[in-house]
Amino acid sequence: MYNKRTSFFDLVRELAVTDFKLKYQGSLLGYAWSIAKPLAVFGVLYMVFTVFVSIGSDIQHYALYLLLGIVLWTYFADATNTTMRAVADKGDMMRKVYFPRITIILAATISSAITLLLNFVIIFVFIVIARVVPGWNAILVIPLLLELFILCLGIGFITSAMYVKYRDVVHIWEVLLQLLFYASAIIYPLSMVPVKYQTFILLNPITQIIQDARYILVTDQTITAGTRLPVPLVFVPYLIPFILVIIGYFYFEKSANNFAEEA
Amino acid sequence: MEDNIAISVKGLSKGFKVPHEKHDTLKAKAVNIFSKMKYTKYTALEDISFDIKKGEFFGIVGKNGCGKSTLLKIIAGIYQPTSGKVEVNGNIAPFIELGVGFNPELTGRENVFLSGTILGLPRKKIEQLYIEIVEFAELKEFMDQKLKHYSSGMQVRLAFSIAVRAESEILLIDEVLAVGDAAFQQKCFNYFDKLLISGTTVCFVTHDMSAIQRFCTKALIIEKGKIKAIGLPEKISDIYREDNMEVITNSNKKNESSKSMSIIITDQNVKDKKVRFKITYPGNKNKDVYVGFSIIKEGNTVAELNSLNTSNTKNIHSIEYLLDTRMFNPGIYEISAVLINKDNKAPLDSTRERAIFIIKGNETVRGGGMRLEENWITE
Repeated sequence: MYNKRTSFFDLVRELAVTDFKLKYQGSLLGYAWSIAKPLAVFGVLYMVFTVFVSIGSDIQHYALYLLLGIVLWTYFADATNTTMRAVADKGDMMRKVYFPRITIILAATISSAITLLLNFVIIFVFIVIARVVPGWNAILVIPLLLELFILCLGIGFITSAMYVKYRDVVHIWEVLLQLLFYASAIIYPLSMVPVKYQTFILLNPITQIIQDARYILVTDQTITAGTRLPVPLVFVPYLIPFILVIIGYFYFEKSANNFAEEA
Repeated sequence: MEDNIAISVKGLSKGFKVPHEKHDTLKAKAVNIFSKMKYTKYTALEDISFDIKKGEFFGIVGKNGCGKSTLLKIIAGIYQPTSGKVEVNGNIAPFIELGVGFNPELTGRENVFLSGTILGLPRKKIEQLYIEIVEFAELKEFMDQKLKHYSSGMQVRLAFSIAVRAESEILLIDEVLAVGDAAFQQKCFNYFDKLLISGTTVCFVTHDMSAIQRFCTKALIIEKGKIKAIGLPEKISDIYREDNMEVITNSNKKNESSKSMSIIITDQNVKDKKVRFKITYPGNKNKDVYVGFSIIKEGNTVAELNSLNTSNTKNIHSIEYLLDTRMFNPGIYEISAVLINKDNKAPLDSTRERAIFIIKGNETVRGGGMRLEENWITE
């Protein structure tokens, strides 16, 4: 039934749009929450790091710098959290009709990406307010977002398939996310970290993506993987998402046969 | 696989492992890592083999929990077989349940698109069919309301209306008829009639023996995960009824049925367009009798014939007739027969159940029973 490519993509789109619609179903502000939430987090952190602890004062356009990090991080956290539960939540549907299981993961990751794109509207507003003029290389944000999308997809494949069998994954991931948040140089500038740890932090693809995005859109004083890591090592953060997505895909497809029975 | 086979099931077995205690967390698993997990192995299906030919309306019956729904789900690709294999030739649409993917928080319209795509319809196709779906469900003014405000009857109507549009070469249907009122059941039957005439391959799970006899061309009965019998629907429904009846009533019924008059289709040769049927009647040693039969379509008699002029009807208890079906339009035809006393022309007996044959074809423009030639004269 699904040998036609059109209905495969139609299904992914339909599931993604439905997920997005249902997320803010019944709330008064509706879709506005998808923008309000990261803005609120930004407000709190901006207060803390400019008024109470003055970390941000050294950095040019710290507000934009921080917001960009938070928006990208919010997408990562949101996408991985929804995707993890996506397969198990669709258990009932999977027992009634066959459809390619992979569509569930694609749809969940895309549904979160809709919110990300909406958030880029605020970033654009901040860029205008801060009077930053990004160069032609601003277009490179697109491959960076794709890299982030692939990273989320890869993690989603693995965690969603594991979650069907072991519900512990939720708690483990919660702790890991907390760890990653502080390890990813989102709130603090990388320059504050001792040089010997900078290499280590930049191996993390999330740091690499956020720093690259800041370099392109905010200030060229941002430390990036490209400028700090030596040649063989520099490929590591860029390769991790692709390696994860390949391993994840095969693990997911191998487990997919039993989803209907176990979910 | 041969070209005329739609579904081929070979040596299929399915076991489920039911753990005594469910170890859902890693900790439970870690704690119990040295003590072996205790499973009860439950065999749902054992060594099932059969073929469904293209265009067949194939019935699967059996008591609750015998494994028939599991079988359907394996054919649909939802469950994986433990051993053996299933080959499917053509695209498949499963109706395990109506309204797959329905979400109460979405509007009727949104649900049509969601459920339709899950059933494998491309979005463009749904856009084309949308008005038809809504009108068939009779829900035009409710489409922008959320599904949770629908009555259950309205939900079923909408779901059914979507499902019947998922055109597919092979349909798997699981007791959809068990829900809904009489009017809805009639709609289902009309839909089945259409499927029969159009020659769609259907695999159908049910408890309703009258539906099996009316629609199926072949049937299968499963008992405790094994095939008990496979064959003509009449035979299978007899076995099913016997299984479900007490011994005494059963033997009574047998005696009765051997005494009463019956009519069965003995052969339908689609290629030669011939249907052969047999009328059996109780012996009447003293009376000279003959039989008459009527062919009925949609409640109207389209042809009648009796055996009055046939020589020697004494001391015989059955008679066969070879019907040339080239003179009939596509549709579902029923045959009933009566036994008549030759002396006073009084009816002695009649068949209780009608035999059914189907003329396939999709010339829906032709109504009525008789096929007419296109001998138009335009002048």
